[in-house]
Amino acid sequence: MWKYIVGRLVWIPFLLIAVAFITFILGRFGPGDPVEVMMGTKYDPVVAERIRSEMGLDKPVMVQFYKYIQSASKGDFGESFRFRGRSVSSLIAPKIIVSAKLSLVALLISISIGLPLGFYIAHKQGTWIDPLIVSFSVFFMSIPIMITIPFLLWIGCLKTNLVPCSGWGGIFDSRIIIPALAMGIPGVAGMLRIMRATTLDVLGQDYIRTAQSKGLHFFTVSTRHVFRNSIIPIVTILAFSLAGLLGGAFITETIMGIPGIGRFSVESIFNRDYPVIMAITLIGATAFVIANLMADISYSIIDPRIRYK
Amino acid sequence: MNKNITQSKGHFMTALSRLFRKKIAVVCIAILIIIYFSGIFAFLIAPYEYTAQDYSNIKKPPSIEHWMGTDRAGRDVFSRVLWGVQNTVIITFVAILTGSIFIGVGLGLISGYRGGRVDSLIMRIGEISSSFPDILLVIILAATLRPRILGFIRYLEDAYNINGLVKTGIVDYLVISLALVSFGWIGTARLMRAQVLSIKQNQYIDSAKSIGASTSRILFLHLMPNAISPLVVSITMGMGALVGTEIILSWLGLGVQPPRPSLGRMLLEGGSISVLREEPWLLIGPGIVVFLLIICWNLLGDSLSDVLNPRTR
Repeated sequence: MWKYIVGRLVWIPFLLIAVAFITFILGRFGPGDPVEVMMGTKYDPVVAERIRSEMGLDKPVMVQFYKYIQSASKGDFGESFRFRGRSVSSLIAPKIIVSAKLSLVALLISISIGLPLGFYIAHKQGTWIDPLIVSFSVFFMSIPIMITIPFLLWIGCLKTNLVPCSGWGGIFDSRIIIPALAMGIPGVAGMLRIMRATTLDVLGQDYIRTAQSKGLHFFTVSTRHVFRNSIIPIVTILAFSLAGLLGGAFITETIMGIPGIGRFSVESIFNRDYPVIMAITLIGATAFVIANLMADISYSIIDPRIRYK
Repeated sequence: MNKNITQSKGHFMTALSRLFRKKIAVVCIAILIIIYFSGIFAFLIAPYEYTAQDYSNIKKPPSIEHWMGTDRAGRDVFSRVLWGVQNTVIITFVAILTGSIFIGVGLGLISGYRGGRVDSLIMRIGEISSSFPDILLVIILAATLRPRILGFIRYLEDAYNINGLVKTGIVDYLVISLALVSFGWIGTARLMRAQVLSIKQNQYIDSAKSIGASTSRILFLHLMPNAISPLVVSITMGMGALVGTEIILSWLGLGVQPPRPSLGRMLLEGGSISVLREEPWLLIGPGIVVFLLIICWNLLGDSLSDVLNPRTR
């Protein structure tokens, strides 16, 4: 087990370097010369040449990449092309916090609807309630987020004036309701399904029959025996849920005018601000890889039958 | 060999008949067939050209002439939705065929059957591309590949004297399909590899080897048919997500470029607050089609997994 974890940990830096290299190459061979982007309309070949040598852009790609990795490993992602004089880290740090808050609320919505419902319908297997609720969750999962948000805005803002139409004010602000609902509700289906499956699995175990046959109250069996055991595997899918939220974040943040990382990465891609894109990709990949590793490890801790070699 | 074919056909037919007993699955298949056919044959079905403007009918709600109303330039929304469906259908189809089926299944088979270095190489590459936050990789690829591919197609036009290649929209198709393929193959490759690894243990593989069957014969005649069920389920379930990703791309402006209509762009234009207040049909028309497309793939995937998954039988 320890050997497995160490092996995975050693492999992570190589993965991240490969990710960085691919993004770097795409940026270098992508459209738009960074110096042209920086200078905008005041383009002057002589000055451009000087900036290029200052920034090391005239050196071979591999040398540039080596320098980049060297400073990135110390947490320095360079300077933004678009916002001169601002370091990439100082630009994206506050935006990551905003997105993290929004995703957290969205995830809480998915969990607080999905888990109880999944637990409930597992007990109703074979009745009409079970397939009905599963179909409903698929229904909500299938509505693209660019339709959900206008619809929610239409109800909450145009018709009833309950919440402001756009903007951001942190977690305890009414403006978070619509984006968090729009991002959280599609995730309900996944939570519900896993919870249903694990609950069914637990319900079929011998110790549940034992608990029931020794005369324990239904409520006690449900909470102490079934729920406790069926909730554990959920931990492992939280990592994937967070990754899934990212896709929705691009669109939600753009529509709702939320200063988060999703909207910023879309802007940066259109602005050809490659240092920012590189940093976002690298941070995202790091988070993703570590979350995956933690999921795998927690999986084998929770379920001792799973052994990695 | 004959026996093998009849057996697999029997398995297939029983699965199909079990599928057709599910009402949801039948409805979904019907809806998907209708949407796909009307998309592919948009040039026959669409009542108007997608660029045709009717200045006497600007911003009109749905009527008999214009089933989904007209937009701000007086263009027929129904026709534009059909052409948009055509783009989505072609792109997702190409992406699933090349990415999931061709590359994914191929690499998965090789990886699982050969094992050793080839296996770890393929799986390492898969691990690298799956450690990208997938939607971000797709967006970056779509944004950076376009000029390169455009240049390449222009070069082809000049070199072989073909005119109007760029105008056909082939650049958009290539860019988006490539971007979608970039992460689309990993899931099927892993699934296929796991399947092969477990099926390889069976005695009939050993006996096929012992009578001197070639590798390709073992792969395609003995391994593939037995690994196909979970593959069908995973591909059907993946189609909904793939359609969703294509729509996100065109919503962001990285998909099919105007004047060619795309569903994502229509949702973008119909989704703003001012449009929603004045002309809600601009969102409702394309919205319903997109929704039906995604939900039908998802529900069909669910039904298929019920039917083909031996544990729930």
